[in-house]
Amino acid sequence: MPDYESHDFDVIVIGAGGAGLRAAIEAQERGLRTALVCKSLLGKAHTVMAEGGAAAAMGNVWPEDNWKVHFRDTMRGGKMLNNWRMAQLHAQEAPDRIYELERWGALFDRTADGRILQRDFGGHRYARLAHVGDRTGLELIRTLQQRAVAVGIEVFMECKVLRLLKDSEGRVSAAVGYWRPSGEFVIFTAKAFVLATGSIGKSWQYTSNSWESTGDGHAMAAWAGADMIDMEFVQFHPTGMVWPLSVRGILVTEGVRGDGGVLRNSEGKRFMFDYIPPMFAAETADTEEEGDRWYDDHTNNRRPPELLPRDEVARSINSEVKGGRGSPHGGVFLDIASRRSAEYIRRRLPSMYHQFKELAGVDITAVPMEVGPTCHYAMGGIRVEADTEASTVPGLFAAGECSGGMHGANRLGGNSLSDLLVFGRRAGIAASDFAEGRTGAPAVADGEIAAVFAEATAPLERSDGESPYDIQRDLQETMQRLVGIIRTESELTEALVELDKLEERCKVLSVSGPRTYNPGWNLATDLPAMLTVSRLTTKGAIVRRESRGGHTRDDYPLPDPELGTVNLVQRVTTDGQYTLDPEPLPQMPAELRTLFEEDAH
Amino acid sequence: MADVTMTVWRGDPSGGAFTDYVMPAVEGEVVLDVLHRIQAGPAPDLACRWNCKAGKCGSCSAEINGRPALMCMTRVDELPVGEPIVVAPMRTFPIIRDLVTDVSFNYTMARQVPPLAPRAPDAPDGTYRMMQIDVERGQEFRKCIECFMCQDVCHVIRDHEENKTQYAGPRMFIRFMELESHPLDTNDRRELLRQKMGLGMCNITKCCTEVCPEHIKITDNAIIPLKERVVDSAYDPVAWLGRKILRRTKRSAAEADADAPAKTHPTSADGPTPTPTAGIAASS
Ligand SMILES: Cc1cc2nc3c(=O)[nH]c(=O)nc-3n(C[C@H](O)[C@H](O)[C@H](O)COP(=O)(O)OP(=O)(O)OC[C@H]3O[C@@H](n4cnc5c(N)ncnc54)[C@H](O)[C@@H]3O)c2cc1C
Ligand code: SF4
Ligand code: SF4
Ligand code: FES
Repeated sequence: MPDYESHDFDVIVIGAGGAGLRAAIEAQERGLRTALVCKSLLGKAHTVMAEGGAAAAMGNVWPEDNWKVHFRDTMRGGKMLNNWRMAQLHAQEAPDRIYELERWGALFDRTADGRILQRDFGGHRYARLAHVGDRTGLELIRTLQQRAVAVGIEVFMECKVLRLLKDSEGRVSAAVGYWRPSGEFVIFTAKAFVLATGSIGKSWQYTSNSWESTGDGHAMAAWAGADMIDMEFVQFHPTGMVWPLSVRGILVTEGVRGDGGVLRNSEGKRFMFDYIPPMFAAETADTEEEGDRWYDDHTNNRRPPELLPRDEVARSINSEVKGGRGSPHGGVFLDIASRRSAEYIRRRLPSMYHQFKELAGVDITAVPMEVGPTCHYAMGGIRVEADTEASTVPGLFAAGECSGGMHGANRLGGNSLSDLLVFGRRAGIAASDFAEGRTGAPAVADGEIAAVFAEATAPLERSDGESPYDIQRDLQETMQRLVGIIRTESELTEALVELDKLEERCKVLSVSGPRTYNPGWNLATDLPAMLTVSRLTTKGAIVRRESRGGHTRDDYPLPDPELGTVNLVQRVTTDGQYTLDPEPLPQMPAELRTLFEEDAH
Repeated sequence: MADVTMTVWRGDPSGGAFTDYVMPAVEGEVVLDVLHRIQAGPAPDLACRWNCKAGKCGSCSAEINGRPALMCMTRVDELPVGEPIVVAPMRTFPIIRDLVTDVSFNYTMARQVPPLAPRAPDAPDGTYRMMQIDVERGQEFRKCIECFMCQDVCHVIRDHEENKTQYAGPRMFIRFMELESHPLDTNDRRELLRQKMGLGMCNITKCCTEVCPEHIKITDNAIIPLKERVVDSAYDPVAWLGRKILRRTKRSAAEADADAPAKTHPTSADGPTPTPTAGIAASS
């Protein structure tokens, strides 16, 4: 067996985005020996890119707001498929988590009376997103990073975890990985593990996600035997950049619409008025005048349809483009220039201004942007217990985007950043409790460690095989084409055949060069996870024969009430087989159910 | 469209050289896009860092045609047409491989900064009141994406490895100033700045401000005011107190220094990660 370095801790947190940082801070503050492991440098995780804000019903702008309204918005946005208990905890605890960030140094934008300002976003009845211009993710990650440093957490950065290993009693006991700079292997043993590895978007061609979003945590949990839920629900954000091609997919924050931007087709029409679904008709403006008045008076007017939940907006853009009313580069127009002053736009949306100016040569204070849907967020993920974020495998917890349940069939904007904080903290508490209660030193079999090493180095030992970049490109094209925003049974089945072929190609790929900082080799080690999450997504999408939230089936265009009562639970067996079972949703208690009875507001 | 020639430094701590890659030009591309195409084609092991591809994470810093820049925000069509584009790693930091350098120095320095010590809450519910105008000063510094290009150009450490143990550098000076101007903070870090962070070694050349992709006025808004305040601390503690308008309690420099995490947690005194890159740093 090759040499390796080893470290032992009480709690290991894998992932240093918002969820991982918050979990690690909690565990460390509770006195457990805690370490954070992440693939990039500290402070560079995907969370840094978040723009619009973090949703929390603080009621600073609209005193009418409270956790019940936030809870209701979240459930309805998720098409009632959310784990109600997670949605409740999230709505109740988000304000405290935001105020905590402030105590740790975050400087949010302010209201006139000096409180935290909140902005409008799609699907939220009141202005609810705490923000710093359009760089909220940076504020969040920097605050947590500085706090993590202050409490003395050990950070292992540019270190990639490949696999989780269990002891003879089935408890997760070790994480096996390698240092990206040196290529050397490393093993972390611990009493409890928290996965906070973020998204899966890199398996699609056009995505707002970074290279890190290869679904490693999703896949590692599945390989360790954990239940996965709702994997068919992938959010395509309605507004990604479409031109130049090299930036296609980069996100344009929903804050543009929250701050007054509107969508128009090639005929100059605000087409969203044609796509108001019955579920939201009662609370959506049906004239431009009413929609425009709403920005200043939420009480007597209804919200403009541009601020419908993301799945609705993305589908509408898709059909405008299909109907031949798109923009020159295959998107639609997002216009804030004609609606707000240049000074306002630069102050509220500085990084959008900068991004379009530098990357597309477009001045968003003067002309409209061209935008179209981009793969953005995984609603599905590791099934967790709502209060503790415990997965179905002992010793393994999950928080943030890699966990599932909280957002149901569709996530509302701003609900992720607050999710990271609420459930990151809860995962930290529960992992600490588990570690404290666990007896015996964590131990794993040498043979299993050696097998992980062997699998990882195999591509380096082969020559004349295909490049991992070719396989990645073909995987991304396959998922984009066959498991994209609009799906049908025949294409999904075709995707499974393609995924089989890609898996075979992976077995014989080869990479050249040394192990030190070798991106080709790093990618080769990402591909197994990318294939696993692609398969889980596709299999779930086949069985969910209905359209709901982020999952739209051309052959089943309507929601099916029966399917609306179940989660699709998937497992990967020890011999690599995939199983899928519908399981009933957890039942919401009666007092919460009443919130949905008077559905007209 | 014509071809683009990219001249990329390739090597490791033992040495290296520039290699030319000739790639077809593609409309609208940035330097990082061309590198990605080189990885997907002729050089799959070409090492570079990136994450957001939108100027938000500060991962992809390099020296392009001799000037520090973010590779994801540098458009190919803005560089001189027909000339090779020279891409080299940041010089101030030890090489790991190709365009990737060991930036752990910055993380080590970050650990020496005594954290925020907030004053008591303003409202009975435990929340604070701060005015937009008061948070804006700090917000300017909190825009920092930690690209470390200001550290890269600063002559105090660019060719003086020996200064790195006693010099925080512009990125950390703005962190000090951010805390200094933070409406909630009560720590006094001036003695630490003067004695251990090397503030006096900066001679205000402004090179750092010129390269900052976030357009933070590092020298005018952070370093110069910090220098003034540090001088105050030697002569006139009352003037400093007056400036910290909203503060209610104040702690001594010694107390603030004692808060520095590197001291309270000896396990992490050597920097954030016991990575092999630290070994490379020591040997190169
Ligand atoms: C452009 C953009 C804008 C957004 N804007 C908003 C917004 O305004 N509001 C909102 O609520 N949400 C927003 N989102 C969504 C939100 O940012 C993400 O859902 C969230 O940041 C995910 O956080 P996380 O902590 O789960 O994971 P991430 O921040 O993705 O972090 C994942 C971490 O896991 C590590 N990791 C992954 N795999 C491994 C491995 N194998 N070994 C070791 N480490 C590993 C990575 O290195 C990283 O540190 C936005 C997303 C994008 C892309
Ligand atoms: S102004 Fe000071 S900190 Fe900035 S580059 Fe010059 S010497 Fe360095
Ligand atoms: S201050 Fe500017 S140049 Fe320096 S690290 Fe921050 S963003 Fe980069
Ligand atoms: S990749 Fe994030 S700044 Fe360039």
